[in-house]
Amino acid sequence: MLKRTVPIVIASVVGFLLIFAKFSPPISSWENEVVMWFDILAVFAFVLGAGNLNLNNLKKISERKEGWGYAAITLLAFWITLICGIGKLGVPPNERYLTYLWSGEYDAEGSSFWWVFNYVYVPLAATMFATLAFYISSAAFRAFRANNVEASLLLITALLVLVAQTSSGPMLSELIPEDSLFAIFKIDTIRGVLVNLFNTLGTRAIMIGIALGVVSTSLKVLLGVDQSYLGGD
Amino acid sequence: MRIFTILISLVLLECSTSLYAQKLAPPTDLKVVDVDNDKGDKLRLTWTLSPDDPATHIEKTVKDKASKEPPAELANPVVSYLIEGKQENEEFEEVGTVDAGVSEFVAEKLERRDYFYRVKAIGADESISATTAEASGTPVRQWIDQSKLYFGLFMFVVCGSVVYFIEAAKAGKTLKIRKIAGLEAIEEAVGRATEMGRDCLFIPGIQDINDIQTVAGLIVLNRVAELTAEYDAGLDVPTTRSLVMTVARETVDGAYTAAGRPDLYNPDNIYYVTDEQFGFVAAVTGKMVREKPAACFYMGAFYAESLIFAETANTIGAIQIAGTAMPSQLPFFVAACDYVLIGEEFFAASAYLSGEPQQLGSLKGQDVGKFIAGLFLIVGAVLMTASQFVHRGESGERTGPLQDAITFMTESLLGS
Repeated sequence: MLKRTVPIVIASVVGFLLIFAKFSPPISSWENEVVMWFDILAVFAFVLGAGNLNLNNLKKISERKEGWGYAAITLLAFWITLICGIGKLGVPPNERYLTYLWSGEYDAEGSSFWWVFNYVYVPLAATMFATLAFYISSAAFRAFRANNVEASLLLITALLVLVAQTSSGPMLSELIPEDSLFAIFKIDTIRGVLVNLFNTLGTRAIMIGIALGVVSTSLKVLLGVDQSYLGGD
Repeated sequence: MRIFTILISLVLLECSTSLYAQKLAPPTDLKVVDVDNDKGDKLRLTWTLSPDDPATHIEKTVKDKASKEPPAELANPVVSYLIEGKQENEEFEEVGTVDAGVSEFVAEKLERRDYFYRVKAIGADESISATTAEASGTPVRQWIDQSKLYFGLFMFVVCGSVVYFIEAAKAGKTLKIRKIAGLEAIEEAVGRATEMGRDCLFIPGIQDINDIQTVAGLIVLNRVAELTAEYDAGLDVPTTRSLVMTVARETVDGAYTAAGRPDLYNPDNIYYVTDEQFGFVAAVTGKMVREKPAACFYMGAFYAESLIFAETANTIGAIQIAGTAMPSQLPFFVAACDYVLIGEEFFAASAYLSGEPQQLGSLKGQDVGKFIAGLFLIVGAVLMTASQFVHRGESGERTGPLQDAITFMTESLLGS
């Protein structure tokens, strides 16, 4: 009973108060205060997350589960980064407090944490992000197969936008004079209509549905109509 | 004798500067009024620009149409205005400066008491004009922001409709909902995973629990977990946030208990990976390739990782169901997944899956909102189209009641 009722009462009171705050200038800053409380909560939860990460990976290693080597690397990376950050290894002291070795920022340029972030994490993240280019190609290959009328239209539209994005796109239709009746068939114009008109129309229609869905879901949470995410009593 | 000469020179210099300063015309007509719709900590100061302000000078020349001469150069134009303020029984001190041509200043971070102000013009040669007459004002606190009333009214109607239909459904009104293929397919996907003896992978987005999409995703997780408990299939829930992990554990625990299989619940299957976007991507896609889950669910807020997940799962032949309210990621999911819950369908999932009448009522309330939004769209489109036939005035702007109606819709209803 308490496990569900108390969170719902807190969520309802705070939620409706914050909705009112949106319309009331004297208490409009409460939203920022609540965001700060959330950040404080998230910090404590981070300790929980770190504990879970360690336990899960140690378990994998001790049980020699498939892929336990990755777990070992994860733990190693976690502890090295943590020690570099908390221990402020290699951090130059703050210019104002030169005699205090730990007075510099943990991520100051030249520090070990800075080095790990810039020379290990950033390149690895960029590599993962770069794989997206190949995935886009493979997804596009499947999506643009002209199996039916709709798929054919999609293929033609995609090709037009794609060609218009390249430098050769405008060259293809440069023979059409700017002030002629056929100027609307210039590839740049077609691309503009497709992107700014049709695409915007579709996106806005989805956005309106999303906004109303957010209102409805928020109300269900605030009124306690939907409690499934809170688990059992 | 030498010191005496220096002193005399300094006095003369000061006198000459003062005499010259008097030549710079001061701004006039200072008014201090409360800023509307604030919490009572601002005052708006307005004044008439000095005749020596270049903006006034050019305006005057343009107005005088008889004069065909270009505006004469000002000998000592105003470059800025110095605003001084004080509270009662205190000395004036500088509170701000604005550039020449600006005749307004908003004093901020005030208390609700009397404040006195005066303004001086500063010339190009750093000479200072005489001050305006003092003007005073008191900030007033407004409890309700009047400019948001129309938005509030619209919100009240939409929220009122949702609450009304929830209550109507509770009272026994029958409500119909169309079939959503993506949600119908959840059971099929879990069944397939059970038959293949593989796990179901559920990713509740990469945002924290304060994002409504994450909450909506966890509601779907509840249903997926109930099914995996019923079918005795494995469930794997990696998360990017510790708080999401905690709530997801509660959700899954509740679902397994509701399904009558609390013994199958294993909290280790719902775990935290990392807050970093691509670190999470690497961990999850690696796991996908190694363990080959048979069904993958992506329900929540996603960014660039959406396609990486979906394409990786595609290569291992998993059945995929996605739901998100991120319009930019929807095309990727549509291209790579078997079923996609687009925008509002994703938020309708909890009502659809639960089948509870009061939850279905909330969907009916949404329809009222859609109807009002559609009505505004039609009215707005008609007004905008009609306004194109109105001739522009001398200033190049369209004026008249039609334009007023469009301005009203844009500023009061759209809130821009």
